Amino acid sequence: MTAPTTGSTGSGALRRHRGRLAVAVAVLLPVVLGGCQLPTFFGYRGSTSQAHDEFRLYAATFIAAIVVGVITATLILWSIIRYRRRSDAIPRQFQQHLGLELAYTIIPVVIVLVLFGFTVYTENIIDTVAPHPAAEINVKAFQWGWQFSYVGQKVSVEGETLNDPDPIGLNGAACAPTDDCLGPGLVVPAGRTVRIILTSRDTIHGFYVPAFNFSRYAQPGWTNRFDLTVQHAGIYRAQCTQFCGLYHSEMFFHVVALPMSQYQAWLSSQRSLTTAAARSGSGVSKPGTATTSPPREATA
Amino acid sequence: MTLLAERQAVHEHPEHHEGPTGLLKWMTSTDHKVIGMNYIVTSLVMFFLAGIMALGIRYQLLSPTGGTSLGKLSNQQFNELFTMHGSLMLYLFAGPFAFGGLANFILPLQVGAPDMAFPRLNALSYWLYLGGSITMVLGFLSAGGAAAFGWVGYAPLSEATFSPGAGPDLWILAIGMTGFSAIFTGVNLVTTTFYLRAPGLTMFRLPLFTWAMLITAILILIAFPILTAAMVMLFADRHFGTHIYTVAGGGVPVLYQNLFWFFGHPEVYILALPYFGIVSEIIPVFSRKPLFGYKGMVFATMAIAALSTGVWAHHMFTTGTVLLPFFSLLSLLIAVPTGIKFFNWIGTMWRGQISFHVPMLFCVGFLFAFLMGGLTGIMLASPPIDFATHDTYFVVAHFHQVLFGTAVFAGFAGLYYWYPKFTGRMLREALGKWHFWLMFIGFWLTFMPQYYVGLEGMPRRVATYDPGLGWQSWNIASSVGALLIGVSFVFLLVNLWVSWRQPVKAGDNPWDGNTLEWFATSPPSHHNFERLPPVRSERPVWDFHHPDALSLQHGTNGNGNGTRRPVGVGTASDDTTS
Amino acid sequence: MRIEALLLLGIAVFFGLVGIAYWFWSYEQGGTMMLVGTTLLGFVPGSYYLWWSHRMKPRPEDRTDATIEEGHGVIGSFPNSSIWPFVLGMGLFLVVLSLVFGLWLLAPGFALVLSALVGVTVESRRGGTV
Repeated sequence: MTAPTTGSTGSGALRRHRGRLAVAVAVLLPVVLGGCQLPTFFGYRGSTSQAHDEFRLYAATFIAAIVVGVITATLILWSIIRYRRRSDAIPRQFQQHLGLELAYTIIPVVIVLVLFGFTVYTENIIDTVAPHPAAEINVKAFQWGWQFSYVGQKVSVEGETLNDPDPIGLNGAACAPTDDCLGPGLVVPAGRTVRIILTSRDTIHGFYVPAFNFSRYAQPGWTNRFDLTVQHAGIYRAQCTQFCGLYHSEMFFHVVALPMSQYQAWLSSQRSLTTAAARSGSGVSKPGTATTSPPREATA
Repeated sequence: MTLLAERQAVHEHPEHHEGPTGLLKWMTSTDHKVIGMNYIVTSLVMFFLAGIMALGIRYQLLSPTGGTSLGKLSNQQFNELFTMHGSLMLYLFAGPFAFGGLANFILPLQVGAPDMAFPRLNALSYWLYLGGSITMVLGFLSAGGAAAFGWVGYAPLSEATFSPGAGPDLWILAIGMTGFSAIFTGVNLVTTTFYLRAPGLTMFRLPLFTWAMLITAILILIAFPILTAAMVMLFADRHFGTHIYTVAGGGVPVLYQNLFWFFGHPEVYILALPYFGIVSEIIPVFSRKPLFGYKGMVFATMAIAALSTGVWAHHMFTTGTVLLPFFSLLSLLIAVPTGIKFFNWIGTMWRGQISFHVPMLFCVGFLFAFLMGGLTGIMLASPPIDFATHDTYFVVAHFHQVLFGTAVFAGFAGLYYWYPKFTGRMLREALGKWHFWLMFIGFWLTFMPQYYVGLEGMPRRVATYDPGLGWQSWNIASSVGALLIGVSFVFLLVNLWVSWRQPVKAGDNPWDGNTLEWFATSPPSHHNFERLPPVRSERPVWDFHHPDALSLQHGTNGNGNGTRRPVGVGTASDDTTS
Repeated sequence: MRIEALLLLGIAVFFGLVGIAYWFWSYEQGGTMMLVGTTLLGFVPGSYYLWWSHRMKPRPEDRTDATIEEGHGVIGSFPNSSIWPFVLGMGLFLVVLSLVFGLWLLAPGFALVLSALVGVTVESRRGGTV
């Protein structure tokens, strides 16, 4: 029989694999340290600072996964092609190689610990809540819509896609009555840290903004607090991700990020609407009233 | 004359050979082989039912507003479909097929036992499983329809206020019944493995499938009681006025998630480990080499099981109530033993003589499917990435890749591999290859587009989606793939039919297998073994048939077969020349 | 029985350690309780097996050099066919369905369950099928 192809000593195998590990780290390191402009790997670079941090971790993990995947898939393909049965001869009945087995135990542990380190670093950034956010908004999810009330501002917006008197679509255009419509709008100042205080009135819902690379459950009896720092003005579509019953598929909302001055203007216009409604005795802003018509000239 | 001796099981009555016949014989059978076949048939029926539901789901998602011009499903119908698709697949097919079907039939054979340790308990397990399956499917006939809150049934949505009616109740009760069925089977598997092994078959000579089933059985004992408890509490909330999960009465909804996932994560490994075991049986046989790194595989299986019980809250990262680093570290660590398994399988194939019979083809399909599914799992183990992808089609694609890779690719590998043992007949190779290739192509076509739309932001469990985002063509591709998968099973059904009408005799050992089940007849006789070969390694039947090609004991240093002292040279009484 | 004992005790040790870590690190009691339960699941049978394994000779299936002849003879009692699992299964099925379809089902359900329990006991005493 021929000589073994694997390194004849454990350290030889380790040496070969160490090279691959070095390559992996060398690729990951600049990515994570934020050096290069990477391809998106089908994800979103993101529109909040937190999203950018998530994207870096996602890209680094994606690259690591590709490296490991390609190596393993190549080994599988090689085996099934090269070692197809060619004769009735029984092959050499080896069944262990301590050095190799140790190598492919230890190296994955190292890779995993590196990934874990980057993970903890990133999640601490994302979950950090700043001491003095520019705005605090109570978000209450319910079957099948959203309510946004602005802490200390006497402004409250509530709406459901199913029952929206003033529906708008993406980019402020008109929308078809089915699923193009964006639902109630969560207006926030762009470029500032916004605190979201999230809970639910009934079942568990999911607050999910794809462009922010972020979601969090809205749960009854529990409040989640998180920060969003939207980088640029624009409209970002969003919807409920935690299954919540019959109209879960239609539980849309959207985030409208406005420059600070426009945001303040919007707030005061909302306040006067609420005051007018209160004076006329009809109480809090009606569902759908003035919820989905932030200034349409907000640039994406 | 050989010196193989017989192991006898006690016969209770001299007239026991004239027992009941026909239907009564089937109803009163405690034979693990009959019970195993019952489980296989019932679980495959559940699989096909759930598969048809999947086709319904994929039909609805062909267009953003639902269905086609031929019609669409209502939201309620869609919600019932995905709930029952998941529930049937996970509770009624993937688990029972492995631990009730394949393990029931094969494990006693692999350890050289005449039956399971508790035959009547085994039979009870099946009847409870059958009752539970009927109960769950009965939901479709109830006035309010079947359960429609997802296979996980989160409170408060599954409470009586939000999901009234008999469908959800039947769902809860079905899970209770099949849960007890699984627990009893778990007890049987552990006891049989601990107490009924053949002489010389030490723990570290057990076949990998037996090890996998032993560890799975322990996981069942750990996980299923918690599920039963969670369900009892949910039923109490729904009907007995308790407020365990509802805020109104001082309850805690997230408790349900903690309880459910303490079961739920071991559950998915209960659904994976048996299938890893099947792959570890098939690859060595069709590579004509022993399994590479046997002890590593055993310890890796234990590590996967142990870690899997500690990671439950990685399904709850977005609740804001869990200790993120603890769960993400343990989840990431599961990659290590899983990687060890992959490299050991590759090591088994390395320098082998691989023949691509149908079971081996399905195993290779498993390897690729699980490789990618496992890697996306690593991505999901990281909370920030999970925040971006949780409850989207990215997760749907991930878990389908791993579950389909295990329960379907490896599961059907097991079916094709052991079918000759079950029935004494061979399945046709050509039909099997058609089945495999259609399924393989359909599989990738179904799930790769789902990764993409998930990353784009398409949530899961939605009956309709936004038309303006370009998701439709990906969904259409996915649905075409699902149809291909469905069509591939026609080839299996034809194969089964043909093997029955025009049987090709299989013989005892058609694949030149390694483990004790290939020493019994096909199908095995009453109480399984008339005689047993000596057991000196984890491949007693291979050693018996190939005494000149025993496993090398220490690594790859050597001059070829048989020049170093092979494992298992026995005493004179082990003379196996027959 | 040593390896079997160590397997179960290994479970106890692993989950004991994880449970302790989780108790101190997390702010959630449910998970801790479940981990404690799992520790006990390993510890109770595992310590029993370990205790026994020190007091018994290795069985033929514990020895690498055992011959098949050593396992010769009666292994145990394997009831060949019995109606009682079916009766018990159907009885429990009816009991469970009574929670949805009406408590009257408890009557036939319990009747089947009780007769099955009696039947199984009698069968075991007598040996074989009733």
